[in-house]
Amino acid sequence: MQTTRRTVITTAAATAGLGLVGRVRAQQKQIVIGEQCDRTGPTQLVGNILCPAVMHYKDLINKNGGVGGYQIVINESDNQYQVPPAIEEFEREKAQGAVSILLYGTPQTEALSPRLNADHIPGTCPGFGPASAANGAHNPYVFPVAATYWSQAAASIQFVKDQLGGSLHSKKIAFVMYDNPAGHEPLPVFDRLKKMEGYDFKIYAVPPPGIEMGAQALDIAERYRPDFVIMHIFGRAPSVALKALRGVGFPLSKCLGFVWASAEADIEAAGGWGVAQGYHTMQFAGVGTDYPVHQQIEAMFKAEGRQPPAVMNNSVYYNRGLLGIALHIEAIRLAVAANGGKPPTGAEVQQGFQSIKDFSLGGLVPPLQLTPSDHEGGGWVQIYQVKGNAMVKQTPWFRGYRDMVEKMIATSA
Amino acid sequence: MFYRAAGTFKTSYAADMAFYPLPVSRRAVAALLVLLVVLPPLFASDYVLAVLDLILVAVVGAVGLNLLTGNTGLISIGQGGFMAVGAYTSANLIVRAHAPFWIALPAAGAVTALIGTMVGIPSLRIRGLYLTIATLAAQFIIEWMINHVTWISGGIQATIQMPPPVVFGYSVHTQAGFYLFLLPFALVAVIAAKNIERTRLGRAFIAVRDQDIAAEIIGINIFRIKLIAFAISSFYAGVAGALYSYYLGIANYEQFQIDVSIDYLAMVIIGGLGSVTGSILGAAFITLLPVVTRRALEAISGLLPAGLDVPGIVPELRLCLFGGLIILFLIAEPEGLDRLWRNVRTYFRTWPFSY
Repeated sequence: MQTTRRTVITTAAATAGLGLVGRVRAQQKQIVIGEQCDRTGPTQLVGNILCPAVMHYKDLINKNGGVGGYQIVINESDNQYQVPPAIEEFEREKAQGAVSILLYGTPQTEALSPRLNADHIPGTCPGFGPASAANGAHNPYVFPVAATYWSQAAASIQFVKDQLGGSLHSKKIAFVMYDNPAGHEPLPVFDRLKKMEGYDFKIYAVPPPGIEMGAQALDIAERYRPDFVIMHIFGRAPSVALKALRGVGFPLSKCLGFVWASAEADIEAAGGWGVAQGYHTMQFAGVGTDYPVHQQIEAMFKAEGRQPPAVMNNSVYYNRGLLGIALHIEAIRLAVAANGGKPPTGAEVQQGFQSIKDFSLGGLVPPLQLTPSDHEGGGWVQIYQVKGNAMVKQTPWFRGYRDMVEKMIATSA
Repeated sequence: MFYRAAGTFKTSYAADMAFYPLPVSRRAVAALLVLLVVLPPLFASDYVLAVLDLILVAVVGAVGLNLLTGNTGLISIGQGGFMAVGAYTSANLIVRAHAPFWIALPAAGAVTALIGTMVGIPSLRIRGLYLTIATLAAQFIIEWMINHVTWISGGIQATIQMPPPVVFGYSVHTQAGFYLFLLPFALVAVIAAKNIERTRLGRAFIAVRDQDIAAEIIGINIFRIKLIAFAISSFYAGVAGALYSYYLGIANYEQFQIDVSIDYLAMVIIGGLGSVTGSILGAAFITLLPVVTRRALEAISGLLPAGLDVPGIVPELRLCLFGGLIILFLIAEPEGLDRLWRNVRTYFRTWPFSY
């Protein structure tokens, strides 16, 4: 017992010592970006695909000379979709000199927004986070850089209107959502549009994590019988919803999923492409693997003698990872160009973000235009539909009721 | 070897009943306090201070839960919900009534004590694990109410922005400032809990935990004692929740969900049920464990063979290590970290003898 205790103590001390030594950081020209991810928490389905994309794009950029001569270093940390690890990691990334942060998770974005604004480090939250973050005047250092839930809601009503023949008057729309703040977020948009367009709207609030939806599916299919179902759920819930609706015989061609209910992974989890035929999915990045950046990343792997990893085929989440990091690198490139080649500060990268336009990465990125007042870039989405064994592009990049959404953003807190 | 009771003669009841009757322990505690106040703000980095701030908030909550679970024997998994009540009470008072922190914090504690007492009312009829389920229900009911009553939650996002606290005209917004702001609350919480343990009320708590039927026979009103335990513990939880939302700058119930309740229960159990020192050690342990395992694994990740998906493997390994270390500590000392500390202390006290 004595020797075992001694061994345990010495091993523990050695590990602690290793941790204190840390990694040797090279002092050559480097720019540090912080990345938070969820690898082991409730959204690990997304994190395990999205976060490798960030690293692959970073390797590609570094191989081609970096940004303005600087090599990009990304420190990824796992926040398990909880807030205290997110705060602790943010402090650590700040201590390591990060000039921008890729945030992960709506509660984490809410908790870190005051710190980002106070410490002058820009953070991006594409496709999640509070919609009011699009207001650049109130949140100078928080960048949604992709359609927020308000824009997604407005675009969904626009799409449903087009699908139902141009008018929503006295049509019935069912809205399946999580019973938490992220789920409640699009409701003001739906209320205003209801007054404008005159449709009937029923809310199905699912308590998270949403792994049991039999009752809601039955009510939708048998009692309410809507003309369209809009789903604002994520994690494991979309696959559960698809299975449940298909099980009660409700046609999935009358279903539209918001951006986080719309991946190949969700369709596979629901039972495969055969189950989800006709399902409409909303995307804020391109879908599919025939973009130039994919070919470049594959070439990079082949040049190292390695097979391109299979995660690249989960193109919905993979492309969203590429979009996020590509915008960071574009902002840093603009910042370095603007300050004459010196290492950029967080405030300069923020200015870089605010001047991003005409950056499409071969069509993967929508026609964003970030400005000091619009940190969302315009709220562009596109709809893909499940046909056969793939997702087929159904609409070009579009947005719905932009004037109304912009007014809401401008008056939000 | 330093802790020698020989040679110290007490001449008054107050001296005999003091917390630290020996000069050596008084000096040690005074030195520790001075170090706690002076060293971190001057020498620690922002990152270390951020972790210390999280530990201080956890100490307040863990000490409160220990009074309920460790001393009175009422296992509660509603701690997160009570913290959320405290957070939103203080946030609403600050935003609507512009209350300063020395009104908002006690008020948050008082409102949470009220809610805690209501949650404790079922303890008249149900005991043990059944009461635990009632506290679990309280956790979810509190979450649901905050989510759906916008008067409490401040809107659909259920987030209320909290301005930084203003102490003597100085607005607290640096990590060092928050450390010095949170430290007095943690100290007061610990001292109050240690004192409660030594009063008639504290002894009544322990009587209810050990043999509540015998306690009732000798005249302790166990229902009243249980309600008081819930009230005091919820007061602590409310203050902890308010402090945490001060620290974050926002009040949002999604930071106080069931995983937080289970974390606090783990702090109290691993620290040692029924001991205030144990709750402090447990709070530090549970807060530091994810940090230390992450740093340790990142340091080792350089040794993993190249080509492996390191960012994918390291978090999973970290979770295994986290669970494994908790199991290891509980096997090594089931009575908690407090017992480990007491063993160390006894060793030095009885040195060179073994007992």
